[in-house]
Amino acid sequence: MSTITEQATTVIPAGEWEIDPAWSSLEFEVTKLGLVTIKGRVPGFSGTIRGGEEPSIEGVVDATSLTTFDETRDGHLQSPDFFDTARYPELRFESTSVSARGDELIVEGSLTIKGTTRPVVLTGRYAGEGADPWGNDRIGLELQTTIDRTDFGLVWNAPLPRGGFLLPNEVVLRAIFAAVKAS
Amino acid sequence: MQILVFSGSLRERSYNTALARAAADHAPPGIHVELYDGLAELPPYDEDLDGEDAPASVRELRERITQADGLLFVTPEYNGSIPGVLKNAIDWASRPPRGGAALWGKTAAVAGATTGQYGAIWAQQDLRRVLGIAGARVVDGELPVARAQDAFDETGTLLDEGVAARLAGHLAALVAEAAPVAVAA
Repeated sequence: MSTITEQATTVIPAGEWEIDPAWSSLEFEVTKLGLVTIKGRVPGFSGTIRGGEEPSIEGVVDATSLTTFDETRDGHLQSPDFFDTARYPELRFESTSVSARGDELIVEGSLTIKGTTRPVVLTGRYAGEGADPWGNDRIGLELQTTIDRTDFGLVWNAPLPRGGFLLPNEVVLRAIFAAVKAS
Repeated sequence: MQILVFSGSLRERSYNTALARAAADHAPPGIHVELYDGLAELPPYDEDLDGEDAPASVRELRERITQADGLLFVTPEYNGSIPGVLKNAIDWASRPPRGGAALWGKTAAVAGATTGQYGAIWAQQDLRRVLGIAGARVVDGELPVARAQDAFDETGTLLDEGVAARLAGHLAALVAEAAPVAVAA
Protein backbone atom coordinates (compact mmCIF):
# COMPACT_ATOMS: atom_id res chain seq x y z
CA MET A 1 0.00 0.00 0.00
CA SER A 2 1.25 3.42 -0.74
CA THR A 3 0.69 5.81 2.12
CA ILE A 4 3.51 8.17 1.45
CA THR A 5 4.76 9.79 4.60
CA GLU A 6 8.02 11.61 4.67
CA GLN A 7 10.00 13.35 7.34
CA ALA A 8 9.34 17.05 7.27
CA THR A 9 13.02 17.78 6.74
CA THR A 10 12.07 18.46 3.16
CA VAL A 11 9.37 20.85 4.33
CA ILE A 12 10.54 22.84 7.35
CA PRO A 13 13.94 24.43 6.72
CA ALA A 14 16.77 23.36 9.00
CA GLY A 15 17.46 25.48 12.03
CA GLU A 16 15.61 26.82 15.05
CA TRP A 17 12.69 29.17 14.60
CA GLU A 18 11.04 31.24 17.33
CA ILE A 19 7.31 31.80 17.00
CA ASP A 20 6.45 35.52 16.78
CA PRO A 21 3.11 36.16 18.56
CA ALA A 22 2.74 39.53 16.82
CA TRP A 23 2.50 37.74 13.50
CA SER A 24 0.53 34.79 14.76
CA SER A 25 -2.91 33.91 15.97
CA LEU A 26 -4.08 31.06 18.10
CA GLU A 27 -7.82 30.68 17.96
CA PHE A 28 -10.46 28.33 19.24
CA GLU A 29 -14.03 27.82 18.11
CA VAL A 30 -17.12 26.24 19.59
CA THR A 31 -20.51 26.02 17.93
CA LYS A 32 -23.25 26.95 20.40
CA LEU A 33 -26.67 25.30 20.00
CA GLY A 34 -25.16 23.65 16.93
CA LEU A 35 -25.92 26.95 15.17
CA VAL A 36 -23.51 29.72 15.96
CA THR A 37 -19.74 29.57 16.06
CA ILE A 38 -18.09 31.55 18.86
CA LYS A 39 -14.42 32.34 18.38
CA GLY A 40 -11.83 32.98 21.00
CA ARG A 41 -8.25 34.08 20.73
CA VAL A 42 -5.19 33.59 22.89
CA PRO A 43 -2.68 36.36 22.21
CA GLY A 44 -0.10 35.27 24.76
CA PHE A 45 1.97 32.36 23.53
CA SER A 46 5.51 31.44 22.62
CA GLY A 47 7.17 28.48 21.00
CA THR A 48 10.00 26.99 19.03
CA ILE A 49 10.02 25.13 15.73
CA ARG A 50 13.01 23.04 14.76
CA GLY A 51 13.57 21.96 11.17
CA GLY A 52 16.24 19.67 9.86
CA GLU A 53 16.81 16.02 10.69
CA GLU A 54 14.61 15.89 13.76
CA PRO A 55 11.84 18.41 13.29
CA SER A 56 9.82 19.41 16.31
CA ILE A 57 7.29 21.98 17.45
CA GLU A 58 6.66 23.07 21.01
CA GLY A 59 4.66 25.90 22.44
CA VAL A 60 3.39 27.40 25.68
CA VAL A 61 0.19 29.38 25.92
CA ASP A 62 -0.69 31.90 28.63
CA ALA A 63 -4.21 30.76 29.48
CA THR A 64 -4.88 33.99 31.39
CA SER A 65 -4.67 35.90 28.11
CA LEU A 66 -7.53 34.08 26.39
CA THR A 67 -10.42 36.22 25.25
CA THR A 68 -13.71 35.74 23.49
CA PHE A 69 -14.23 39.53 23.40
CA ASP A 70 -16.84 39.36 26.16
CA GLU A 71 -15.59 40.22 29.64
CA THR A 72 -18.20 38.28 31.58
CA ARG A 73 -17.79 35.14 29.46
CA ASP A 74 -14.00 35.41 29.67
CA GLY A 75 -14.25 35.55 33.46
CA HIS A 76 -16.25 32.33 33.45
CA LEU A 77 -13.90 30.65 30.96
CA GLN A 78 -10.91 31.41 33.17
CA SER A 79 -12.68 30.31 36.36
CA PRO A 80 -12.59 26.79 37.86
CA ASP A 81 -15.71 25.84 35.83
CA PHE A 82 -13.44 25.87 32.74
CA PHE A 83 -9.68 26.51 32.47
CA ASP A 84 -9.05 27.36 36.15
CA THR A 85 -6.24 29.70 35.16
CA ALA A 86 -5.37 30.53 38.77
CA ARG A 87 -4.15 26.95 39.21
CA TYR A 88 -3.33 26.12 35.58
CA PRO A 89 -2.02 29.32 33.98
CA GLU A 90 -0.35 27.55 31.04
CA LEU A 91 -1.39 25.28 28.20
CA ARG A 92 1.38 23.33 26.48
CA PHE A 93 2.01 21.47 23.26
CA GLU A 94 4.99 19.30 22.52
CA SER A 95 5.35 17.34 19.31
CA THR A 96 6.39 13.72 19.14
CA SER A 97 6.58 13.57 15.35
CA VAL A 98 6.44 16.05 12.47
CA SER A 99 5.84 14.60 9.03
CA ALA A 100 4.38 15.53 5.67
CA ARG A 101 2.04 13.76 3.26
CA GLY A 102 2.02 15.63 0.01
CA ASP A 103 1.26 19.26 0.90
CA GLU A 104 -0.20 18.34 4.25
CA LEU A 105 1.82 18.78 7.42
CA ILE A 106 1.05 16.24 10.15
CA VAL A 107 2.16 17.00 13.68
CA GLU A 108 1.57 14.43 16.40
CA GLY A 109 2.19 15.40 19.98
CA SER A 110 0.88 15.90 23.48
CA LEU A 111 -1.39 18.73 24.51
CA THR A 112 -1.71 19.76 28.16
CA ILE A 113 -4.79 21.67 29.27
CA LYS A 114 -5.78 22.17 32.92
CA GLY A 115 -3.02 19.80 34.01
CA THR A 116 -4.23 16.92 31.83
CA THR A 117 -2.04 15.70 28.96
CA ARG A 118 -3.54 13.91 25.96
CA PRO A 119 -2.18 12.89 22.55
CA VAL A 120 -3.41 14.98 19.61
CA VAL A 121 -2.77 15.12 15.88
CA LEU A 122 -2.55 18.53 14.21
CA THR A 123 -2.82 18.87 10.46
CA GLY A 124 -2.16 21.81 8.23
CA ARG A 125 0.47 23.15 5.93
CA TYR A 126 3.85 24.76 5.77
CA ALA A 127 3.24 28.08 4.00
CA GLY A 128 6.82 28.84 3.02
CA GLU A 129 9.83 30.96 3.89
CA GLY A 130 10.45 34.66 3.34
CA ALA A 131 12.67 37.58 4.35
CA ASP A 132 11.03 40.44 6.29
CA PRO A 133 12.08 44.15 6.00
CA TRP A 134 14.13 43.95 9.21
CA GLY A 135 16.60 41.32 8.10
CA ASN A 136 14.87 38.27 9.56
CA ASP A 137 14.10 35.00 7.84
CA ARG A 138 10.58 33.88 8.59
CA ILE A 139 8.53 30.77 8.00
CA GLY A 140 4.77 30.42 8.08
CA LEU A 141 2.70 27.46 9.30
CA GLU A 142 -0.97 26.69 9.72
CA LEU A 143 -2.15 23.89 12.00
CA GLN A 144 -5.54 22.75 13.18
CA THR A 145 -7.14 20.06 15.28
CA THR A 146 -10.41 19.26 16.99
CA ILE A 147 -10.36 18.13 20.59
CA ASP A 148 -12.98 16.85 22.98
CA ARG A 149 -12.79 19.35 25.84
CA THR A 150 -14.14 16.79 28.32
CA ASP A 151 -10.93 14.75 27.78
CA PHE A 152 -9.18 17.62 29.55
CA GLY A 153 -11.67 17.99 32.39
CA LEU A 154 -13.57 20.94 30.90
CA VAL A 155 -17.00 19.46 31.42
CA TRP A 156 -19.24 22.46 32.20
CA ASN A 157 -22.48 22.66 30.24
CA ALA A 158 -26.04 23.94 30.45
CA PRO A 159 -29.15 21.99 29.45
CA LEU A 160 -31.44 23.41 26.77
CA PRO A 161 -35.22 23.75 27.15
CA ARG A 162 -35.91 21.40 24.21
CA GLY A 163 -33.25 18.88 25.17
CA GLY A 164 -29.55 18.70 24.54
CA PHE A 165 -26.90 21.07 25.80
CA LEU A 166 -25.67 24.60 25.15
CA LEU A 167 -22.07 23.68 24.41
CA PRO A 168 -20.64 20.91 22.27
CA ASN A 169 -17.72 18.87 23.53
CA GLU A 170 -15.81 19.47 20.31
CA VAL A 171 -13.57 22.50 20.18
CA VAL A 172 -11.62 23.48 17.07
CA LEU A 173 -8.10 24.79 17.72
CA ARG A 174 -6.44 26.71 14.91
CA ALA A 175 -2.95 28.20 14.85
CA ILE A 176 -1.63 30.39 12.07
CA PHE A 177 1.85 31.49 12.94
CA ALA A 178 5.08 32.98 11.76
CA ALA A 179 8.44 32.05 13.24
CA VAL A 180 11.69 33.96 13.03
CA LYS A 181 15.00 32.17 12.52
CA ALA A 182 17.00 32.25 15.72
CA SER A 183 20.29 34.08 15.19
CA MET B 1 -7.58 29.74 57.66
CA GLN B 2 -10.82 31.66 57.72
CA ILE B 3 -14.23 30.50 56.51
CA LEU B 4 -17.04 33.00 55.99
CA VAL B 5 -20.54 31.53 56.29
CA PHE B 6 -23.69 32.96 54.72
CA SER B 7 -27.25 32.08 55.66
CA GLY B 8 -29.78 32.82 52.93
CA SER B 9 -32.57 33.20 55.46
CA LEU B 10 -33.25 36.45 57.34
CA ARG B 11 -35.71 34.84 59.77
CA GLU B 12 -34.46 35.09 63.32
CA ARG B 13 -35.12 31.45 64.22
CA SER B 14 -34.10 30.14 60.82
CA TYR B 15 -32.89 26.54 60.62
CA ASN B 16 -30.46 27.61 57.91
CA THR B 17 -28.93 30.24 60.19
CA ALA B 18 -28.79 27.57 62.91
CA LEU B 19 -26.93 25.29 60.47
CA ALA B 20 -24.62 28.18 59.53
CA ARG B 21 -23.86 28.80 63.22
CA ALA B 22 -23.23 25.09 63.78
CA ALA B 23 -20.44 25.27 61.21
CA ALA B 24 -18.23 27.02 63.79
CA ASP B 25 -18.53 24.00 66.12
CA HIS B 26 -17.84 21.39 63.44
CA ALA B 27 -15.02 22.93 61.43
CA PRO B 28 -11.60 21.22 61.47
CA PRO B 29 -9.26 22.35 64.29
CA GLY B 30 -7.61 25.71 63.75
CA ILE B 31 -10.22 26.95 61.29
CA HIS B 32 -11.79 30.27 62.13
CA VAL B 33 -15.47 30.44 61.14
CA GLU B 34 -17.36 33.73 60.91
CA LEU B 35 -21.01 34.34 60.13
CA TYR B 36 -21.87 37.09 57.66
CA ASP B 37 -25.16 38.68 58.71
CA GLY B 38 -25.40 41.70 56.43
CA LEU B 39 -27.67 40.34 53.68
CA ALA B 40 -30.57 42.61 54.65
CA GLU B 41 -28.38 45.73 54.48
CA LEU B 42 -27.37 45.20 50.85
CA PRO B 43 -29.35 47.30 48.37
CA PRO B 44 -30.80 45.54 45.33
CA TYR B 45 -28.02 45.13 42.80
CA ASP B 46 -27.79 48.20 40.59
CA GLU B 47 -24.85 48.86 38.30
CA ASP B 48 -25.46 52.61 38.71
CA LEU B 49 -24.60 52.27 42.42
CA ASP B 50 -21.49 50.22 41.76
CA GLY B 51 -17.92 51.39 41.41
CA GLU B 52 -15.36 52.81 43.81
CA ASP B 53 -18.08 54.63 45.74
CA ALA B 54 -20.30 51.56 46.04
CA PRO B 55 -22.46 51.48 49.20
CA ALA B 56 -20.59 50.75 52.43
CA SER B 57 -22.51 47.50 52.92
CA VAL B 58 -21.34 46.30 49.50
CA ARG B 59 -17.73 47.27 50.14
CA GLU B 60 -17.84 45.44 53.47
CA LEU B 61 -19.29 42.31 51.79
CA ARG B 62 -16.55 42.31 49.16
CA GLU B 63 -13.84 42.95 51.74
CA ARG B 64 -14.96 40.10 53.98
CA ILE B 65 -15.15 37.67 51.05
CA THR B 66 -11.71 38.76 49.86
CA GLN B 67 -10.25 38.18 53.33
CA ALA B 68 -11.83 34.74 53.71
CA ASP B 69 -10.06 31.63 52.43
CA GLY B 70 -13.30 29.74 51.88
CA LEU B 71 -17.05 30.38 51.85
CA LEU B 72 -19.99 28.28 52.98
CA PHE B 73 -23.43 29.27 51.63
CA VAL B 74 -26.35 27.83 53.58
CA THR B 75 -29.59 28.26 51.71
CA PRO B 76 -33.28 27.67 52.22
CA GLU B 77 -35.35 26.88 49.15
CA TYR B 78 -37.90 29.43 47.97
CA ASN B 79 -40.06 28.38 45.04
CA GLY B 80 -37.56 25.73 44.07
CA SER B 81 -34.48 27.93 44.13
CA ILE B 82 -32.32 30.27 46.18
CA PRO B 83 -33.74 33.34 48.02
CA GLY B 84 -33.45 36.69 46.28
CA VAL B 85 -31.38 38.17 49.12
CA LEU B 86 -28.71 35.51 48.69
CA LYS B 87 -28.63 35.86 44.91
CA ASN B 88 -28.38 39.63 45.40
CA ALA B 89 -25.27 39.25 47.57
CA ILE B 90 -23.69 36.92 45.02
CA ASP B 91 -24.46 39.41 42.24
CA TRP B 92 -22.70 42.20 44.14
CA ALA B 93 -19.74 39.95 44.96
CA SER B 94 -19.40 38.85 41.32
CA ARG B 95 -18.68 42.36 40.06
CA PRO B 96 -16.52 43.62 38.42
CA PRO B 97 -16.23 40.49 36.26
CA ARG B 98 -13.18 38.33 35.80
CA GLY B 99 -10.34 38.58 38.33
CA GLY B 100 -11.63 41.80 39.88
CA ALA B 101 -14.58 40.19 41.65
CA ALA B 102 -14.31 39.11 45.28
CA LEU B 103 -15.93 35.78 44.41
CA TRP B 104 -13.71 34.98 41.43
CA GLY B 105 -11.52 31.97 42.21
CA LYS B 106 -12.78 31.83 45.83
CA THR B 107 -13.49 28.32 47.13
CA ALA B 108 -17.13 27.84 48.11
CA ALA B 109 -19.37 25.06 49.39
CA VAL B 110 -23.14 24.90 49.67
CA ALA B 111 -25.57 23.50 52.26
CA GLY B 112 -29.26 23.88 52.97
CA ALA B 113 -32.01 22.98 55.40
CA THR B 114 -35.76 22.58 55.02
CA THR B 115 -38.54 21.24 57.16
CA GLY B 116 -39.59 19.04 54.24
CA GLN B 117 -37.92 15.89 53.04
CA TYR B 118 -35.57 17.23 50.33
CA GLY B 119 -33.22 19.53 52.25
CA ALA B 120 -33.19 22.40 49.74
CA ILE B 121 -31.50 20.23 47.13
CA TRP B 122 -32.79 22.25 44.16
CA ALA B 123 -31.68 25.51 45.77
CA GLN B 124 -28.24 24.02 46.43
CA GLN B 125 -27.92 22.81 42.84
CA ASP B 126 -28.88 26.26 41.56
CA LEU B 127 -26.49 27.86 44.03
CA ARG B 128 -23.60 25.70 42.79
CA ARG B 129 -24.33 26.74 39.21
CA VAL B 130 -24.63 30.44 40.10
CA LEU B 131 -21.40 30.42 42.12
CA GLY B 132 -19.57 28.63 39.32
CA ILE B 133 -20.65 31.16 36.73
CA ALA B 134 -19.57 33.93 39.12
CA GLY B 135 -16.12 32.33 38.98
CA ALA B 136 -15.97 30.58 42.35
CA ARG B 137 -14.25 27.22 42.87
CA VAL B 138 -17.29 25.22 43.97
CA VAL B 139 -16.69 22.16 46.14
CA ASP B 140 -18.38 18.99 44.89
CA GLY B 141 -21.64 17.89 46.43
CA GLU B 142 -24.44 19.30 48.54
CA LEU B 143 -25.36 19.05 52.20
CA PRO B 144 -29.13 18.63 52.35
CA VAL B 145 -30.62 18.74 55.85
CA ALA B 146 -34.20 17.48 55.63
CA ARG B 147 -36.79 17.70 58.44
CA ALA B 148 -34.65 20.35 60.09
CA GLN B 149 -37.15 20.70 62.97
CA ASP B 150 -35.95 17.27 64.15
CA ALA B 151 -32.24 18.12 63.84
CA PHE B 152 -32.16 21.26 66.01
CA ASP B 153 -33.60 22.09 69.41
CA GLU B 154 -35.70 25.21 70.01
CA THR B 155 -32.59 27.34 70.65
CA GLY B 156 -31.12 26.38 67.28
CA THR B 157 -28.51 23.99 68.64
CA LEU B 158 -27.69 21.10 66.32
CA LEU B 159 -28.51 17.85 68.07
CA ASP B 160 -28.58 15.34 65.20
CA GLU B 161 -25.27 13.49 65.21
CA GLY B 162 -25.65 12.28 61.64
CA VAL B 163 -26.11 15.85 60.38
CA ALA B 164 -23.20 16.99 62.55
CA ALA B 165 -20.95 14.33 61.01
CA ARG B 166 -21.98 15.27 57.48
CA LEU B 167 -21.43 18.97 58.25
CA ALA B 168 -17.95 18.21 59.61
CA GLY B 169 -17.12 16.19 56.47
CA HIS B 170 -18.43 18.94 54.23
CA LEU B 171 -16.36 21.59 56.03
CA ALA B 172 -13.27 19.38 55.85
CA ALA B 173 -13.74 19.10 52.07
CA LEU B 174 -14.14 22.89 51.82
CA VAL B 175 -10.97 23.48 53.86
CA ALA B 176 -9.01 20.95 51.78
CA GLU B 177 -10.10 22.59 48.54
CA ALA B 178 -9.42 26.09 49.85
CA ALA B 179 -5.88 25.21 50.94
CA PRO B 180 -3.25 26.84 48.74
CA VAL B 181 -1.83 24.51 46.09
CA ALA B 182 1.20 24.79 43.88
CA VAL B 183 0.41 26.28 40.50
CA ALA B 184 0.76 23.64 37.78
CA ALA B 185 1.09 23.80 34.01
